[in-house]
Amino acid sequence: MIGGLDTLLEGVLLGGVYALFAVGLSLIFGIMRLVNLAHGDIIVLAAYLILTAMAAAGVSLGVATALTILVMFVAGFALQRLVLERVLGDDILPPLLVTFGLSIVLQNGLLLVFGADSRRLQAGAFEATSINLAPGLSVGLAPLIALVTAVVVVTLLQLLFYRTSLGRAFRATADNPEIAQLMGIDQRNIYAFAVGLSLAVSAIAAVTFGIRSNFDPSIGPARLLYAFEAVIIGGLGSLWGTLAGGIVLGLAQTIGGRIDPEWQILSGHIAFLIVLILRPRGLFPAGRR
Amino acid sequence: MKPERPPIVWRVQSATKLSRIAGVAAAVIVPLLFLVPAVASRNLLQDLIFVFTMLALAQLWNVLAGWGGLISVGQQAFVGVGAYALFAGVTLAGLDPLLAILAAGCLAALVAAVLGPLMFRLEGPYFAIGSWVVAEALRLGCAQFKPLGGGTGMSLSSGALASMTETKSVATLFDIRTAAARDVIVYWIALLLVIVITFAIYVFVRSRLGLGLAASRDNNAAARSVGVRTDRIRYWLWVIVAFATGMVGALVYLQKARISPDAAFSVVDWTAYVLFVVVIGGVRTIEGPMVGVLVFWALQYNLSGYGSLYLLVLGLIAILVMLFMQRGIWGSMAARWNWQLFAVRKLLTRDDS
Repeated sequence: MIGGLDTLLEGVLLGGVYALFAVGLSLIFGIMRLVNLAHGDIIVLAAYLILTAMAAAGVSLGVATALTILVMFVAGFALQRLVLERVLGDDILPPLLVTFGLSIVLQNGLLLVFGADSRRLQAGAFEATSINLAPGLSVGLAPLIALVTAVVVVTLLQLLFYRTSLGRAFRATADNPEIAQLMGIDQRNIYAFAVGLSLAVSAIAAVTFGIRSNFDPSIGPARLLYAFEAVIIGGLGSLWGTLAGGIVLGLAQTIGGRIDPEWQILSGHIAFLIVLILRPRGLFPAGRR
Repeated sequence: MKPERPPIVWRVQSATKLSRIAGVAAAVIVPLLFLVPAVASRNLLQDLIFVFTMLALAQLWNVLAGWGGLISVGQQAFVGVGAYALFAGVTLAGLDPLLAILAAGCLAALVAAVLGPLMFRLEGPYFAIGSWVVAEALRLGCAQFKPLGGGTGMSLSSGALASMTETKSVATLFDIRTAAARDVIVYWIALLLVIVITFAIYVFVRSRLGLGLAASRDNNAAARSVGVRTDRIRYWLWVIVAFATGMVGALVYLQKARISPDAAFSVVDWTAYVLFVVVIGGVRTIEGPMVGVLVFWALQYNLSGYGSLYLLVLGLIAILVMLFMQRGIWGSMAARWNWQLFAVRKLLTRDDS
């Protein structure tokens, strides 16, 4: 009984990390209809940046993360203004190919710079700390904080989208870029801001993920697939749905992995396909549309 | 009274002078290509097999994405399924390898036919990642299949390969060992496949169906309103492309004679390279992948020793081409000088008599 509860808890906590992967992906797609195939590699890049900041500058994990969030935001802004902007249009092929190329470049660039060894972010004592919920049932502090972070990030983004003028500009541009521009919204900056935000969230995802598991340059595409599965399972257009989608994916993987470790990832994919069969619009689709 | 002017006659014309010359040249070159094994070394033959199979995959992806609008980054799914079907057919069912290639195509088509309706639920760019998920799921599934070596893979035994029909007669014909004779047969099949695929795409693009797809790509609502059944054409295109991709995958692994899930479902080998070939040559042209595969071959031949640096450069080139030369090498040249070797455009010309 405790074993079962343990698995469920672990799955839910893992889901927090997947939700953080997914939010960045769905942010860009929701606003500019662009799927960033390099999203997973960008998360891995952020993890390496945090690692480098800690090793080279000797700063703590928190400071390194804050720095990386800033750097990634600027990088995202620049990526949109210098590269993606040139290929966005009615034809969805060029932006897909550019981000696919970017994925290959990032993966192999990281491999050249950091080598193929797997790394991990060192979070000190915090990493090993766990909280006892019941006799025999304990939960690691790091995974718990990952889930809390996911909830906080989703709440903040939700507030940003529905309570601020910037959020209104985001939603207006998502609905109709031309009309939004007529109303005085600078579409180029809105798009660049969205990509920057997506990359900043990726940096947050990177820290929660880098503490709890090893990473190496080759694992980016798998993170992209998890992010995508969480988005589709949760339902397009809803941030809370994405959080729920991440949790469903985390549960599927953990339960599958408990039955047979080799089936962990495959069970996630199967859960995704089942949702696609039964509920093609996701479990919690947004009301509009 | 106005003077009577001669009536103006408009004609729809596809063929150009260049395309007629290209047709004649092809009629000469293609039979010669079949005779290459008589003179070529085994190394050259293997290089040509690589070029032809890459070209076949590139043409297939090009028609799927360029004309069909189905941008898949999961075509490695069908290469892998085809390859695994070949190994299953040969080692478990004792099929003749040549027959197994056909069976591999059928299995790949079946997988595509079943998964297609699911994938088509994903909107535009999400279809791309969806196809990748399917490829990953199939890779993990094949890794669980212990009779074919599970996660580590397996090799085809020389006994199983020796049963391939015609190997012996080819061996005696060219006076070579059976292993070399097998390469000759694989070469012929690769050549045959690439010719059939290219010709089929040419016919398809010129047909009403191809025109309908191009129309729905440019304006889906307008195309549907004049009765183009986009969804149905796309579905069958998806299935048929999977069939051909599966056969190419089986052929590639017949030559390699060694399989593993990671290699057969490799996104770099069977999608990234293929996309590179199409992008560099020119999307939505039949000539583009032919140019692209030659560039790719040259790069692969000279630089592949550099490993990740090589891949990094390929990725950068692809991004730069997309940013500054979206039509690729052939597409840009063709647009500039109005070239086309395959007459696929319909031009309205005026007869002044």
